[in-house]
Amino acid sequence: MTGSLHRFANPARFQRLARAVLPWCAGGAALAFVAGLYLSLVTSPPDYQQGDTVRIMYVHVPAAWMALGAYTTMALASAVALIWRHRLGDLIAQSAAPIGAGFTVIALATGMLWGQPMWGTFWVWDARLTSVLVLLFLYLGYIALVHAFDDPERGAKAGAILALVGWINVPIVKFSVDWWNTLHQPASISRFAKPAIHPDILTPLLMMAAAYMLLFATLLLLRVRAAILEHRLRTLAMARAQG
Amino acid sequence: MTAFLTLVRRDLALSLRQAADALVAVMFAVLVVVLFAFGVGPEANVLSRLSAGVVWVAALLAAMLSLDRLFQADHDDGSLEQLALGPLPLWSVALAKATAHWLVTGVPLIVAAPVLALMLAMPTDGLTTLVGAMILGTPCFSLLGAIGAALVLGARRGGVLVAFLVLPLAIPVLIFGAAATEAALTGLEAAPHLMLLGACLLATLALAPAAAAAALRQAVG
Repeated sequence: MTGSLHRFANPARFQRLARAVLPWCAGGAALAFVAGLYLSLVTSPPDYQQGDTVRIMYVHVPAAWMALGAYTTMALASAVALIWRHRLGDLIAQSAAPIGAGFTVIALATGMLWGQPMWGTFWVWDARLTSVLVLLFLYLGYIALVHAFDDPERGAKAGAILALVGWINVPIVKFSVDWWNTLHQPASISRFAKPAIHPDILTPLLMMAAAYMLLFATLLLLRVRAAILEHRLRTLAMARAQG
Repeated sequence: MTAFLTLVRRDLALSLRQAADALVAVMFAVLVVVLFAFGVGPEANVLSRLSAGVVWVAALLAAMLSLDRLFQADHDDGSLEQLALGPLPLWSVALAKATAHWLVTGVPLIVAAPVLALMLAMPTDGLTTLVGAMILGTPCFSLLGAIGAALVLGARRGGVLVAFLVLPLAIPVLIFGAAATEAALTGLEAAPHLMLLGACLLATLALAPAAAAAALRQAVG
C-alpha cells in the first residue's frame, strides 16, 4: 500500500502521469458540463413549488460537495506531507486550496441567490451557512499562512498543520443540518431524505457532480504541474545564484 | 510535572514583570465594550439585548491581542530551542505556555466580564452563567491561540495573521458561550450550552497542545 503510494510521490513520475490523465479529465469535464447543464437547465422538470428556481440546486449542491471534497483532499495531502515528508503532498495541498476556496464562494453565492426567492432573505445565520462561511475563512487563512513566510518550505509545513486542524470543520458542515434545527434543513431534507429521489432530478444532479469533480481534478493537475515546474525553476535559480 | 510548573511560573513572572502588557488586554476589552455602547447608542434595552454577545466578542478579541507574545520572545532569543531540547515534551511546553497566557489574560477577563456586562445593562440573573461560561471558554481561546501563535512564528505580519487563523476556530466557543448566557437571561436551561462548552474545552485541551507542538517543531526546525 505505502509502497505504491511512495511510487507516485516522485515528481517526475507524477508529471508523466498527469500528462497522460489530464486530457481525459479535461475532456470528461467538458462533456459532463455540456450534458449536465443541458439536463439540469432544459430537460429536468421544474419543482412544483419552487418553479424554475430549483435549477440553482444543480449548480449549488455539487459546488458545496466539492468545497468539502477539496478541503479533505488538502487535509489528506497535508497529512501525507507531514507523515512521509513528501514535498508533492505540500504542492497538492497548496494547489487545491484556491480551487476549494473558489468552490466555496460559488456555493455561498448561488446559495444566497437561491435563498432570496425561497427563504425571502439572502443570508441567515444558521448552522450550515455559518459553517460554510468558516470553511471559506479556513481556506483563506491557509492561503495567507502559506505565503506569509520567506522560506516556502516553512510556509508549507505550517499550512499543513493548519489544514489538519481546520479539517474538524468538515464534519461540522456535513452534519450541521442534522445536529441543529436550521432553516437550511427543510430545503435539503425534502429532497434527499426520501429513500429514492426521482431520477429526473437525480440524474442531472449526479451529472453535474461528476462535471465538478472532473473540473476539480483538471484544475488540480494543472496547478500541481505548474507548482512542480515553479519549484524546479526556483531550485535552479538558487543553485545558479550560489554559483 | 515540576518542569511544567517551573515553566508556568517563569512565564508568569515574565508577564507580571511587565504587568502593563497584561492589563492592555483587559483595557482593550473595556474599550471594545465602550465603543459598542457609543456605536449602538445608550438605550438600555438595546444594549442589554446585545450584552452577552458583545462581552464574549470583546473577550475573544482581547485574548487574540496578546497571542503574539506567547512564543515570539522565546523564539527570538533562542530559549524555545533550549526548551525543545530539554526534558519537557513540546506539547507540555505548549500547554504550560497556554496556561500562563490564560492566567495572565483569561482570568482578568473573567473578573472584568461581569462589570462589562453590567455596563451594558445586562440583568443580574445572567451574570453567574456568564462567569461560568467564561471560565470554560477562555482557556479554549488560549489553547487555540497557542496553535496559531506557534504556526506564525517567523512569519511576516504574524500579529494580524494569528487572529485571522484562530478566530474561525474559536467561533464554536463563542456561539456556545453567548448562547449559554442568552439562555440564562431568557429563563431557559443554560446547562446544555455549558456542557457543549465543556466538551469544546476538553477537546481543545486534548488536541491543541499536540497541534501546537507540531507547529513549534517546524518553527524550531
